[in-house]
Amino acid sequence: MVSPNSAATPGPQGNAGEVRTLNDVVIRLAGNSQDGIQTIGGFLARLAGRSDQEVMTYMTIPSTISGGPSIFQVRMGNGDILSSGDQADFLVAFYQHSYESHLSSLRNGGVLIYDTDHVKPNLDDKRFTAIGVPITGATVEAVGGSSKDKGKNLFVLGLIARVFNLDVEKLAALVKERFGGKTEDIVRNAMLAFDAGYAWPADNIRDCFYRFDKATASASASGRPQVTMDGNTALTYGLITAGVRYGSGYPITPWSTIMEMLRAELPKYGGLFVQAEDELGAISYAIGFSYSGHLAITGSSGPGLSLKMEALGWAVMAEMPLIIINVQRGGPSTGMPTNVEQSDLMQALYGSHGDAPRVVLAPRNVEDCFYIAIEAARLAREYSTPVIILTDMALASRIEAFDEPDLAKIMVPPSLDLSPRPADFKPYPLDRITRHAPPGSRIGSGVYPTVTGLEHDEMGHPTGSPALHTKMTAKRREKFKALAATLPVPEVFGDESGEVLLVGWGSTFGPVREALGRLRQNGTRAAQLHLRHLNPLPQGLEDVFKRYRDVIVVEMNDEGLYGYGQMASLLRARYANPSIRSLTKTDGLTFRVSEIVSGVTQRLTAATA
Amino acid sequence: MSAPSTLSPAAPATDRAPLTKKSLTADHPTWCPGCGDFAVLACYYRALEKLNYPHEKIVTMAGIGCSSRFPYFVNSHGGHYIHGRSLPFSAGISLGRDDLHVFVFGGDGDGFSIGGNHLDHVARKNVRLTYVIMDNFVYGLTKKQTSPTSPIGFKTKTDPTGSFDQPINPMRKLVDSGATFIARSHATQVNHMTEMIMRAAQHDGFSVVEILSECVEFYPGAFDAANPRKGGAFPLIDEKKHDGSPEDANRHDTSDDLAAFRLASELWPGRFGVFYEKKRPTKNQLEADLIARAREKTKGASDLQLLQNTFARMR
Ligand SMILES: Cc1ncc(C[n+]2csc(CCOP(=O)(O)OP(=O)(O)O)c2C)c(N)n1
Ligand code: SF4
Ligand SMILES: [Mg+2]
Repeated sequence: MVSPNSAATPGPQGNAGEVRTLNDVVIRLAGNSQDGIQTIGGFLARLAGRSDQEVMTYMTIPSTISGGPSIFQVRMGNGDILSSGDQADFLVAFYQHSYESHLSSLRNGGVLIYDTDHVKPNLDDKRFTAIGVPITGATVEAVGGSSKDKGKNLFVLGLIARVFNLDVEKLAALVKERFGGKTEDIVRNAMLAFDAGYAWPADNIRDCFYRFDKATASASASGRPQVTMDGNTALTYGLITAGVRYGSGYPITPWSTIMEMLRAELPKYGGLFVQAEDELGAISYAIGFSYSGHLAITGSSGPGLSLKMEALGWAVMAEMPLIIINVQRGGPSTGMPTNVEQSDLMQALYGSHGDAPRVVLAPRNVEDCFYIAIEAARLAREYSTPVIILTDMALASRIEAFDEPDLAKIMVPPSLDLSPRPADFKPYPLDRITRHAPPGSRIGSGVYPTVTGLEHDEMGHPTGSPALHTKMTAKRREKFKALAATLPVPEVFGDESGEVLLVGWGSTFGPVREALGRLRQNGTRAAQLHLRHLNPLPQGLEDVFKRYRDVIVVEMNDEGLYGYGQMASLLRARYANPSIRSLTKTDGLTFRVSEIVSGVTQRLTAATA
Repeated sequence: MSAPSTLSPAAPATDRAPLTKKSLTADHPTWCPGCGDFAVLACYYRALEKLNYPHEKIVTMAGIGCSSRFPYFVNSHGGHYIHGRSLPFSAGISLGRDDLHVFVFGGDGDGFSIGGNHLDHVARKNVRLTYVIMDNFVYGLTKKQTSPTSPIGFKTKTDPTGSFDQPINPMRKLVDSGATFIARSHATQVNHMTEMIMRAAQHDGFSVVEILSECVEFYPGAFDAANPRKGGAFPLIDEKKHDGSPEDANRHDTSDDLAAFRLASELWPGRFGVFYEKKRPTKNQLEADLIARAREKTKGASDLQLLQNTFARMR
């Protein structure tokens, strides 16, 4: 872990010809989605992963199918990379619109590389170093033939490799792996474009070159190699590692890639994934799988989660194990399908009807997506309950590198328990947690159980008894108190006590951690507490909150009618602590570190004024 | 590593005491005296006795409605799910466990209105299970509202001057949706009903039986026209025997969907028996084949090795 007081990102500031050493760099590639900038962004991310460097990416994808303006931002370097970076050190602009929309993201002193075939920059603007390269023309010349400007992404990759002194051998290996399945032509053309970019005489232009500081490159603590993937992929393989083999879903961005991967992968593991007719059908298939004895997964994004709600209520009542992933996006309704928001918290916690408690978890980064899927499966089985994983658009598409998990150690084999149940088997015992007996298991008494959404007695018979409804409601609630008792008090990072505690959940973990570093550097006594278990909440939070004059909950949703975001409202209601306050935003973009720093500073000054 | 699907629904249990009405009976039905659903329940017991599947391999599912209370009255594994969604739930059971015999019960509102889209898609996918629709042309549980099969002119609480929306024709809908066994019966015709349920159970695919089951409370006499004891007629479908005889030429070819569609278009009360029966690969089989092909490609790698290889590619 890097100290939160570590110096702010040193950016490249070069004099001509000089080779500068740097710790980390933010490169923003701006073009159109069909230019393959995601592809080279991915290469850079994986290269960083293979070089034991930290990496974090950020992309925006147009929601229109035919493509449109798109960016991919990579931050790579040594030490802890917690956010994708507020400002870019390097901007590669493929088009005039890319230049115009993204110049403001380039920091003063940054470097602009632009395609002279498409971009006319304002050369009087001396805030940046502008390097013009005929990216399109040079690519066409290098590759030749009918492929036109296809390959200019690889040309740019070559150029970047030269400027940052990247490991060309490793990069070439990545390119070959990626295109290896295709015809030889494609690999050859890709390498022609790459080599042309690498060989481009950029040093003739007034510029400097960079090298990552090898000395600080942190070999991973586990000694295991790094793997690089996005959050949806990490969730998918987390589920498989957890022994989940069955599922069902209906397509919706940004959830779809999880269901696509599961559909392709599960048959290899002897399982299957059904594309259902709609989201309520999908959760029903999944509950059917779980009822048949195979813990199953369903998922969606905002509107689709709403459609699942009636069935979720049934799963709570019938106490069926189930995993539900919700990849949050901007809402309500179709909202902003390719933007990020954390506005489904209340829906995840309280959606459906009646008193319907369930487990809600939120991963804090890509690596955590993998491990939280395993935890979700364990909790679903142990407490015979639906578990919702609240991830979001930012985590879904963000690529990060992390230590390869020790799969042999953590893999859970799928299991189907059809053992005969004793004569005194009860489907809904009042003195124990429910253990579902799937069909195929013989029951000693010869009396077979009916699982049901009607209020029921211990044997599953419908009941209208007021006393039983009270007892059964308590049974469905108390198991989560038992679960809460097993959750450790979340780690507090930073000052033991002081002026402000920053509380976050989900994908804001990285930017909040970086913001904390800056606040403490400025002399504020501050700390961070990040929640992964949103329902039930871990114990001991009230004591942590009391140690700080202010508790500011940072989240990406609306401040609502009363001035508090969804988690802030929840914590205020739960702990009745007036120091709990709120920092929210609803622009559909991830938090920038500077936004958190200034938002928190503002609130602190307002509090002392 | 989980074993690939074997597609072997449990064979009749010969090594045990046979299933009896007694062993299959659970709670006493809560239906109104005289409700047609009692007879459907009795025929289900009879069919199960004859089929004699291992008791623990029988699953009795339902949605919500008077008819959907069914699972409480049957001693078998089962569930009472939510209104209209019992089919995808049951399809999950069938696809998850090829050894089980899955039966689903429900009403006309449950199946054709709120669950109409699920019915179309589970039928299209030809998931192996048996679906019995107890059609009473009315919403019973919620006390007499218009159902998607209510005839034009029928007075309900939601159409006090008489319903005027075009009712659906269940047989035509089912032929169109792609169900591979489609039959129709009447709750007063016990032998016929039992036979239809048994043939449906033995069909390898999505089988559905619509049973006209009178709601004596809210639509008495609805099906008298097809009840010989009430002066009606119970015309049976004469199924083609493919024996080359001259009379066979006029019989109904159950593998012909257009003929089934025409038969379903006859005037009320129409015909009873098997409208359509076709062998088409089940989703259960196609998914099992997909798994087999995927596993062939992985050349016997264990789950752990597969996963390790995948992670190695992401280094
Ligand atoms: C989501 C939902 N909407 C409405 C209801 C109320 N409801 C219960 S049963 C039913 C209709 C029952 O009619 P049918 O399916 O024909 O069954 P019957 O009672 O006639 O056997 C309705 C509207 C419900 N339980 N759930
Ligand atoms: S209301 Fe009608 S359908 Fe319901 S139990 Fe009574 S008779 Fe049967
Ligand atoms: Mg009805």
